Amino acid sequence: MTAFQIRVNGHTHAVDVLPDTPLLWVMRDTLGLTGTKFGCGIAMCGACTVFLNGKPLRSCAFPVSELGDGEITTIEGLTGREAAAVQRAWIARDVPQCGYCQSGQVMSAVALLKEVKRPTDSDIDQAMNGNICRCATYVRIRAAIKDAAHALGA
Amino acid sequence: MEGAITHVSRRTALKGIAGLVLGVHLPGGSAKAQSGAAQIFRSDGTTARFAPNAFVRIGTDDTVTILIKHIEFGQGPFTGLSTLVAEELDADWSKVRAEHAPSNPDLYKNLAFGMQGTGGSTAIANSYEQMRKAGAAARAMLVEAAAQAWRVPAGEVTVDRGLLRHAKSGRQGRFGQFAEAAAKLPVPDNPPLKDPTKFRLIGREGAVKKLDAPGKTNGTALFTIDIREPGMLTVVVARPPRFGGKVASFDAAEARAVPGVVEVKQVPSGVAVYAESTWPAFKGRELLKVTWDDSAAEKRSSEQLIEEYRALSRRSGTVAAKHGDAEAALARADKVIEAEFVFPYLAHAPMEPLDGYLRWDGERALARLGSQLQTGDQETIAAVLGLKREQVQLETMLAGGSFGRRAQVSMHLAAELASVAKAIGPNRPVKLIWTREDDLRGGYYRPLFVHRLRGAVRDGRIVAWANTVVGQSFVKGTPLEGMLVKDGVDPTTVEGARELAYEIADFQCDVHTPNVGVPVLWWRSVGHTHTGYAVECFVDELLQAAGQDPVAGRLAMMAKAPRAAGVLRAVAELARWSGPGPANNRARGVAVVESFNSYVAQIAEVSAGDGEGPKVHKVWCAVDCGVAVNPDVIRAQMEGGIGFGLGHALYAEVALDEGRPVPANFDTYRALRIHEMPQVEVTIVHSSEKPTGVGEPGVPPIAPAVANALARLGHNRLRRLPVVRGMV
Repeated sequence: MTAFQIRVNGHTHAVDVLPDTPLLWVMRDTLGLTGTKFGCGIAMCGACTVFLNGKPLRSCAFPVSELGDGEITTIEGLTGREAAAVQRAWIARDVPQCGYCQSGQVMSAVALLKEVKRPTDSDIDQAMNGNICRCATYVRIRAAIKDAAHALGA
Repeated sequence: MEGAITHVSRRTALKGIAGLVLGVHLPGGSAKAQSGAAQIFRSDGTTARFAPNAFVRIGTDDTVTILIKHIEFGQGPFTGLSTLVAEELDADWSKVRAEHAPSNPDLYKNLAFGMQGTGGSTAIANSYEQMRKAGAAARAMLVEAAAQAWRVPAGEVTVDRGLLRHAKSGRQGRFGQFAEAAAKLPVPDNPPLKDPTKFRLIGREGAVKKLDAPGKTNGTALFTIDIREPGMLTVVVARPPRFGGKVASFDAAEARAVPGVVEVKQVPSGVAVYAESTWPAFKGRELLKVTWDDSAAEKRSSEQLIEEYRALSRRSGTVAAKHGDAEAALARADKVIEAEFVFPYLAHAPMEPLDGYLRWDGERALARLGSQLQTGDQETIAAVLGLKREQVQLETMLAGGSFGRRAQVSMHLAAELASVAKAIGPNRPVKLIWTREDDLRGGYYRPLFVHRLRGAVRDGRIVAWANTVVGQSFVKGTPLEGMLVKDGVDPTTVEGARELAYEIADFQCDVHTPNVGVPVLWWRSVGHTHTGYAVECFVDELLQAAGQDPVAGRLAMMAKAPRAAGVLRAVAELARWSGPGPANNRARGVAVVESFNSYVAQIAEVSAGDGEGPKVHKVWCAVDCGVAVNPDVIRAQMEGGIGFGLGHALYAEVALDEGRPVPANFDTYRALRIHEMPQVEVTIVHSSEKPTGVGEPGVPPIAPAVANALARLGHNRLRRLPVVRGMV
């Protein structure tokens, strides 16, 4: 076991874990931040998406030892106008079905809207195609992202 | 079920709902169920008694909590069943909450199954009257309580959005004010139900929002994998690489050396690694050295099975349905058109892999999991632990998808969960989790199928049809065999193939059900996953040979299938159908499939794509599911069903290599992604028929609709799925 100081959602946490432990399991098992989900373990499905210094990261394949002083944001710590707009649009469109992938979908969508104010279909494809939804809520994800962009005044 | 009561009460207390709540119980057909008044139970559990058929709780804070007997895994029963109750209760939707009912088959059985469980798209169909009556009874009791308090005739009290009013005296009050008094009143035997013309929630666009959407948008929705309890061990199991394999011996020295690994035990399904958290469990399992005994294992490859099935399909099997004489008609036909279709094993791959939590003290157990067949899971856990069913409390959790995977005929997950708890002994809570690799290589697939079809056309019509179906039965050898199998035919293998919407004079459907050692299971829309494709592709091919339009040609044979014809006409109108094309390098294909008493027709507009497989641009969909309870949930299920069906048809296959499943994860079991999702436009055909399900029926038509479009783009008729084989 190795001791690490990690920054998550604005707080510093001391954790003592195996150094190759993926960030996902540190957040879920050690810190109790279970909103971020496990779907594949090989960065293929996006259910584990968090932000590292504001950019999307697949936490299931990222060892905690690599984190250094990077700042992690999870769905629990998501704030800001893009986040509020995305979550409102998600609820207004009733996007989720089983809901399991949606934390990751919301994270990717917020990251997109921080970068691109008025995303095209192609922008959405690029930003979101790393996030699998087995319920295939994609039609509504696309619509909700456009709604959120609109609400943000783009 | 005292355990269940305590638990419900604890959760109620945690939510801060004060005071007394009203439990409504309804006449359930037994004398016992009709005895006594409504029960009062306190949120601290002190005088709690759970009433039979208790579906509604009303708090003094006006909160209306609906207990949902069906698991919510995205198909919408939290919202759907709550809509039914709230409609008759005239509740304020903003005060309505849903939670899973405890496991108790006496109270919460699926009326279509006789035990508690979800499947076959039955949730709304079997709950429609039951939930409405629950709401109507609660309303009548609240009205009576208000009338007594106000000393006015009950008939003069009105209810609107959670507000009780007496117009003449100007009195009004909310549900919470009368919950305690109402709970002391007798339950009406047969509360009147609303005339459907008075509905303000059922079937009304925008009247309700999904109750589970907010928690699934901000990360607070709790799934089984999220359970964390003091002292809990996380468990993964090393299972044999071939189905039917067994542990010969194992060396756990290296696994035990991983910090955080607590124990390693052999269990019936393999070797279990127990750890303080997930990552050490994964690492420990990697370091296990297990020697497997494959002597009794299934070692055939998919290709070998396909060849064997093909050979079988050349002779008739057990007749599932027959009218006229198909063989004689084919023998005298000028030309017989023949087609063979091959369908791979498919995994369900729900986003949340299988998992479960169990705490056990030797006498009582609490299991928490995304249980789709609660009664079977509860009984299985009890049997493994040597307890009575009543000693096992089962709490149904939200589940990250299922698509059939969580409804196991064998109850293998519950058995494994109880086995790993038993192996480590009492008072060690366990959370068993399957990884994606465990999921994709763990069997319980949609069975591999081969269909051989022969048909003949004359004067623009299909006049003869013979279909030989070959594939495993997941019912054979299980307790369901006696209930379902008739005359040697498992209906789940031939549903959709043995009864067509089309009138064909000489018809036969027969089936072979070979024994293969690969565990198989129903998969969203069950038999229709392959029969829908085989039938709708072959009809299309025969109509093309007969020079008929795909829509008009079908309709000409559908005189005795008015609802199927209705959705076909509706989708043709929605898509402004003017023939299959191609035009501008795009073609259109159509398919119509009835499944689970719901009717769905789809038209897909497709182009050849850019070398990575076809591109499906748009899908039009018409659905007739009787009374449409939640139109937006119906649309969502059609959209999702189309995406689910399309992704598998294009990309998915679990190939077996000498018995070993090849794909391990989403890198080799390709799932549909957002850029591959077509636009979808859905129309719901107005109907006053009894409501039927929508969780599955959106799936079957999409694959044949796409294949039929591709055939018009000059592509060969697609005989084998997935379309994009070997492209990952």
